[in-house]
Amino acid sequence: MATERFDAVVVGGGPAGSAAAYTMAKAGLKVVLIERGEFPGAKNIFGGVIYRKQLEDIIPEFWKEAPLERQVIEQRMWILGDQSAVTLSHRNEAFKEPNNCWTGLRVKFDQWFASKAEQAGSLNIYETVVTELLRENGKVVGVRTDRDEGDLYAEVVVVADGVNSLLGKALGVHREWQPNEVSLAVKEVIAMPKEKIMDRFNLEGNEGVTTEFVGNTMGMAGLGFLYTNQDTLSFGVGVMVSDLKKKHVKPYELLEGVKQHPMLRRLLQGGETKEYAAHLIPEGGFHSIPPLSGDGWVICGDAAQLVNFVHREGTNLAMTSGRFAAEAIIEAHEHGDFSRAGLAGYDRRVRESFVHKDLKKYKGLHNFLRDSDPTLMFDKLPQALNEAAYQMLLVDGVTKSEKQRMAMRGVTEATGGLMSLIKLGARGWRAMNG
Amino acid sequence: MHIVVCIKQVPDSREIRIDPNTNTLVRQGVPAIVNYYDLHGLEEALRFKDTVGARVTVISMGPPSAEKSLRQCIAMGADEAVLVSDRAFAGADTLATSYVVALTIEKVAQEFGIVDLVFCGKQTLDGDTGQVGPGVACRLDYDQLTYVEKVVALDEKNHTITVHRHLEDGVEVVQTKLPALITVLTELNKPRRASLPGVLKAAQYKPVVWSTNDFANIDRSKIGLKGSPTIVSKTWVPEPRKVNTEMIDGPSPEAIAADVTKRLWSSEAASRLGWA
Repeated sequence: MATERFDAVVVGGGPAGSAAAYTMAKAGLKVVLIERGEFPGAKNIFGGVIYRKQLEDIIPEFWKEAPLERQVIEQRMWILGDQSAVTLSHRNEAFKEPNNCWTGLRVKFDQWFASKAEQAGSLNIYETVVTELLRENGKVVGVRTDRDEGDLYAEVVVVADGVNSLLGKALGVHREWQPNEVSLAVKEVIAMPKEKIMDRFNLEGNEGVTTEFVGNTMGMAGLGFLYTNQDTLSFGVGVMVSDLKKKHVKPYELLEGVKQHPMLRRLLQGGETKEYAAHLIPEGGFHSIPPLSGDGWVICGDAAQLVNFVHREGTNLAMTSGRFAAEAIIEAHEHGDFSRAGLAGYDRRVRESFVHKDLKKYKGLHNFLRDSDPTLMFDKLPQALNEAAYQMLLVDGVTKSEKQRMAMRGVTEATGGLMSLIKLGARGWRAMNG
Repeated sequence: MHIVVCIKQVPDSREIRIDPNTNTLVRQGVPAIVNYYDLHGLEEALRFKDTVGARVTVISMGPPSAEKSLRQCIAMGADEAVLVSDRAFAGADTLATSYVVALTIEKVAQEFGIVDLVFCGKQTLDGDTGQVGPGVACRLDYDQLTYVEKVVALDEKNHTITVHRHLEDGVEVVQTKLPALITVLTELNKPRRASLPGVLKAAQYKPVVWSTNDFANIDRSKIGLKGSPTIVSKTWVPEPRKVNTEMIDGPSPEAIAADVTKRLWSSEAASRLGWA
């Protein structure tokens, strides 16, 4: 047993854990950060958008030193048909100053973020797995690791061990995942010469583009992405695990299939796949957020289900929750009270912030998507929309008013009539604005 | 008993690539690890720490980033770590390296106590020469025991060590007086996993760092590129051997197997072996 007693042990070296460790260490607390991977980021993947606001609140002017890829000046949304696409995008020079977000690669970013915590005074230890929580009289008092003499005692344990939170389960705030509560994201990092990326995406200097797309995912509920990095592209698709199961599709088959779409094929052509990775993303939304603190513990990031899947925001919710947890712990440290009441400042901060409010806004969406037919939402509707656009733009002697009727008919038929379409629209709106 | 273990931080050979234009190793983005032969030397030293209370000092020559590898040794249980780091050492071949390592061991002996035993790996993963260990032994005038696969006995009273040397045509059992320098094989032992107190200590540990200025009598003509007579006249990447491959497909695993068997029996190799 290590005889030293620490103020806080942080489990997990992702954005939530590093934000918490950094903030606490900077305030002078004695902090240990434990990561199971060989280094922080080794076990992570993500599409790769890092937003300015939330990280700036933790490390001002981080962009001057953090390993970021490109500053995003354009965001594209594609609705894919079989061989077609309806697109909507916004490009704006105003996204440069101040910068809104960057593309990034988590392997590099997480290492940097954890090293900031280390510089602030956190003791970071790697390749170490926390196997269980240590308790005394119902209060969490430390962790047990898989190393010899592996018990470590602390006033508070920050649980930031990710989507499949083993400690969350041990605390009883997690049950095993249901396939309709998680999506599986598969991702490739594809190397391509810088000049080619800049030509294909119409970029200058350090500018970057993000693309999200729906449709063409074999009738499964999901979202694809394509982000430009310095000399690589991040490309992937996330779909609900329950749909993969139902359709008997293997994730890589899905990815290979999507790659063949004419919109994507041209952009990816000639690239060389450098990495292939898969990761679970919690999609349970607002209703599956567990209690955030208890006697001697707090839970942050993916482990606490804090992911806004509508806006593909996970990393910044993780960082913000990590910072909130740290601030509450610093208060608890001042008062010498690490009980549930002493740590309640964390719950309050989350509740009063965008984290909770954004997730609450979409609280109905999970059920809405669960109850609606994925082939309708993610296949038939996108197809119908593409068909409508095609008909409207095709000049073949048919009158414009007839064309408009055909286009509308296509969309209403896909949903099973005009009333169904209106109802679907209304339910969808409510789900997005709960 | 005071044991010095020499380690080198090397690029992980599992992830090494060669730049096709320059024919040199691409080091960027390749994770750095402790040369794994050296870890077996450290493990053997730590066993003497466990059994007879030996003190273990780890030394390395390399860039400041090699601190990471030294910390790993501290985590496993080494008492002290010394990093010898200076731009002037860069570009050293095995002659110049062994000069600096020998000086370092002499300085370690002065500052941390007389050295009884030095462990080195058989060779490094990136250089593969196996010359630095013997070079250091010559310079220090220590007996050298290379390719050691087993330490049979360390006799503190008579100040001797007995080992098995693994040679091409057998095993040699030899005994020598201390101080001695031993280069080790991986068969020697299984390096331990650091304990939690070990990794916590390592996370807070700062190795001792020495530069050229810390060595009073250093001969600057013998270090770095200047002190290295080795000339690399040419490097090249061997052409990958061309192999004719053929994909054999069929309606079922049985059909594929039958096809493969048929082709094997009717092949030239089969008739040459007298099978057909």
